[in-house]
Amino acid sequence: MDTKRTIFPNPVLPYLLLAPQLVITLLFFIWPAGQAVKSSFEREDPFGLSASFVGFQHYVRLLNDPLYLDSLARTAVFAVAVTALSMAFGLALAVAVNRLVRSGRVYTTLLVWPYAVAPVIAGLLWWFLFNSTTGVLAYFLGQLGIRWDHNLNGTHAMILIIIAAAWKQVSYNFLFFLAGLQSVPHSLIEAAAIDGSGPVKRFFTIVLPLLSPTTFFLFIVNVNYTMFDTFGIVDATTAGGPAQATNILVYKVYNDGYLGLNLGSSSAQSVLLMLIVVVLTVIQFRYVERRVQY
Amino acid sequence: MVENRPFLTFLTHLVLIAGVVIVAFPVYVAFIASTRTREVLVGGMIPLLPGGHLIENYTEVLSASSAANGLPSYTLMALNSLCMALIITCGKIAISILSAFAIVYFRFRFRLLAFWIIFITLMLPVEVRIIPTYKVVADLGMLNSYPGLTVPLIASATATFLFRQFFMTVPDELMEAARVDGSGPLKFFRDILLPLSRTNIAALCVILFIYGWIQYLWPLLVTTDPGYYTLMMGLKRMVAVQDGEVQWHLVMAGAILAMLPPVLVVILMQRLFIRGLTETEK
Repeated sequence: MDTKRTIFPNPVLPYLLLAPQLVITLLFFIWPAGQAVKSSFEREDPFGLSASFVGFQHYVRLLNDPLYLDSLARTAVFAVAVTALSMAFGLALAVAVNRLVRSGRVYTTLLVWPYAVAPVIAGLLWWFLFNSTTGVLAYFLGQLGIRWDHNLNGTHAMILIIIAAAWKQVSYNFLFFLAGLQSVPHSLIEAAAIDGSGPVKRFFTIVLPLLSPTTFFLFIVNVNYTMFDTFGIVDATTAGGPAQATNILVYKVYNDGYLGLNLGSSSAQSVLLMLIVVVLTVIQFRYVERRVQY
Repeated sequence: MVENRPFLTFLTHLVLIAGVVIVAFPVYVAFIASTRTREVLVGGMIPLLPGGHLIENYTEVLSASSAANGLPSYTLMALNSLCMALIITCGKIAISILSAFAIVYFRFRFRLLAFWIIFITLMLPVEVRIIPTYKVVADLGMLNSYPGLTVPLIASATATFLFRQFFMTVPDELMEAARVDGSGPLKFFRDILLPLSRTNIAALCVILFIYGWIQYLWPLLVTTDPGYYTLMMGLKRMVAVQDGEVQWHLVMAGAILAMLPPVLVVILMQRLFIRGLTETEK
């Protein structure tokens, strides 16, 4: 943590400048997080009047609960599928745009806007496309002999939210891959070309290894995105159903805590989620720290 | 480009056009649906060309009479979304530029502690601590209010880090010169630092406006009074009708309208948007 060589000597002002952010952070971040940890060790009576310490009971129960483990597994499947799909698609588009000299800007504009679409709307759009009575895609699938019904078929529901989430995330991955590609030194590519290696070989032996920091960064960010920002997609389309098939962790916290009012268990779930984000953030920050030169 | 291969260039364009078509397809279908009547949409396969009810449907969405299910009018919800997005944008930029200034240009007790308290919020997205945060907001009597909708989303470390990083690159000589000239910290901040940060602020505005506009889970929790519903909640509720059919033509017109502001911001402010995104890495 470094400051400037010279600083302003003022005993009060820095505290005043920091106060707004610190107050909000303490009140709405640190305090609730502490409360979550505290109530994850307590059992509250149904009226919220008293609470008794129960130790790790909520955690033990959660980790033995097939529904929770199931949700954990589904979240992992969902996160990995969305990440893989949107990164592969984003990389392909970035490589293509990077090849073009003049028309690249136009394509970039045509590809970045889904970033600005709200997850709920992304969910609604794909839901409409796959809707069994009105959906265009459901109709085409029907022509192919596939009876699409995400209201009954858990696999279909999962595919639906994976597609909606990946669709929204492609533009983000595309932008970062494009930035990464543009920082690959041209001289390296030219040298390889003079040595006689073709575009495909150059891509796999030079470009892809040089992109690995970007890829890694995007992997972490994407997993983070799929685990938390996709709440709107799930809520707008499947609401966790059918039969828990799309009940990912963040939706389960909301479901059990806000709708089911099972506060102890919901808090324990929150704490476990926080642990997951902490791990992801630490990995991400270590990477950023290494790459960014202050 | 290293060598000129017409076939590869052709393939490149093919990949990109296919990509653009796939990316745009859902929105295209939504637009088509928003120009058709209810009967056409319910009657099975929807046509892939626009119909003639565009103006009719959009006026119906925007007029107050379309409100149903206890929903307020579309314009009120749009206004709420706009307020929310603007308050979050301004609030976040204001508090984070001040705290970054304090952290970079002063040395004081608890500086490291303050830095870490702010830093740790990077790890706590609102989604993972919804219930306890909801409780705090409820205890403070902030449910169903603009502060309740926005303040908990305002504090987050990303903007602070962006400004901190930028301030570190501002040459020390500027500040030394300012001090020699006898200007205090606030004058330095206002006359030198703020103008220098203009592009960073603008880039952040773009990102934060979108962030505020697309919020869903938080408004869903803190607002029960329809007067504070945002567009995203309203659209979800337009679909979740208990009895009768979903008014798909109106829902899709509403969705298209709700998509427009942030998408336009991205397209018109593309350079700033990309700058804000890649520099905050968030």
